[in-house]
Amino acid sequence: MQIAVASGKGGTGKTTIATSLALSLAGLAKVRYFDCDVEAPNGHLFLKPTFSESTQAVIQIPKIQTETCTACGRCVDVCQFHALAKVGENILVFPQLCHGCGSCTWNCPENAIVEVPNPIGSLERGKAMESIGFYRGQLTISEPMPTPVIRQLKKLRQSSPDTIDIYDAPGGASCSVVETLRGMDFVLLVTESTPFGLHDLKQIMGILKDMDISAGVIINRDGIGDNAVETYCTAVKLPILLRIPFDRQIAEGVSAGKTLIDIYPEYSALFQQLVNQIQENC
Amino acid sequence: MILLISAQNPSLESNIDNRFGRSPWLILFNTETNQWEAFQNPGASQSGGAGVAAAQFVVDQKADVVLSGDFGPHAATAFQAAKIEMRLFTETTATVQEAVDHFKNNQLPKFQ
Repeated sequence: MQIAVASGKGGTGKTTIATSLALSLAGLAKVRYFDCDVEAPNGHLFLKPTFSESTQAVIQIPKIQTETCTACGRCVDVCQFHALAKVGENILVFPQLCHGCGSCTWNCPENAIVEVPNPIGSLERGKAMESIGFYRGQLTISEPMPTPVIRQLKKLRQSSPDTIDIYDAPGGASCSVVETLRGMDFVLLVTESTPFGLHDLKQIMGILKDMDISAGVIINRDGIGDNAVETYCTAVKLPILLRIPFDRQIAEGVSAGKTLIDIYPEYSALFQQLVNQIQENC
Repeated sequence: MILLISAQNPSLESNIDNRFGRSPWLILFNTETNQWEAFQNPGASQSGGAGVAAAQFVVDQKADVVLSGDFGPHAATAFQAAKIEMRLFTETTATVQEAVDHFKNNQLPKFQ
């Protein structure tokens, strides 16, 4: 079962929920946690994993073979991302603009382009709390493209039918979120009942509609803001699965690197119920 | 000598645009004939790689010098490879005509 924890708005508590969810299920099922927030992964602060394996995340970028290149400029014309330029008889490659799509290589009439791996980040695998498989992608600082790192991180997962995989998504509603949500059975949307929370919840609902993935809402910091998120959820028939109150003890605990389960162990049973409910409906 | 100048509108009276890749217009000015022509900047509408798209256009115009407020690392790499000189507007450069005049008087600093 593939469950992503996403939010739209940043700072609503995705990682708090994702890590607590993993911990709650750890004794009952095989659980894996994937930190797909590759620009700022922070699940390790809570689950404190030990990593045993690390590989590079790469993009295949073009390398021009100058002996065979005739500088016809076909590669420059087909590159949608302007990662190539033709200057005189030379083709320049701009690795940071390259999406690794391979169009230049495919279209080169002289077969003068080979692809070489350009490292853009790391993929790590380890264990947390003895039984949780922990996977973390990290984009190298200054590299602009998180999606290939997420795609490669998700590929590390070996199919295992009775395993519950939890994906901690990046904030926002952009390409990296779409890449994380691809292939999910269910998405938990963590929000807060504020105008910002609602606005971004609607954005991510637009994505989920296009991708045809079911979702439910967790209202975090319940009690602040207004009732607009609830009104919206009722209107679009989006179930509210859990409410976590606005509580100073939770805030202090999370700031000290504790999970919700460490702070209030009774949430463990609530998260187990929640996953049962999802499994019954998926 | 062919100059390319980043501009907000398609005329010599137009204000210059300090952005190179995202300026709406690029004005080509020929210093030998004093003739000029305005082109829509192909970089302006790109979701990414604006600097390279704009630089490719400038290279294709066989420019000798490009004038703007600044140049990003990708555009600068392309111009260095093409041996096109990069010059920067000064605080007193307001219009495209002034950019041309200041360049002719050698008042515009080189981009390093």
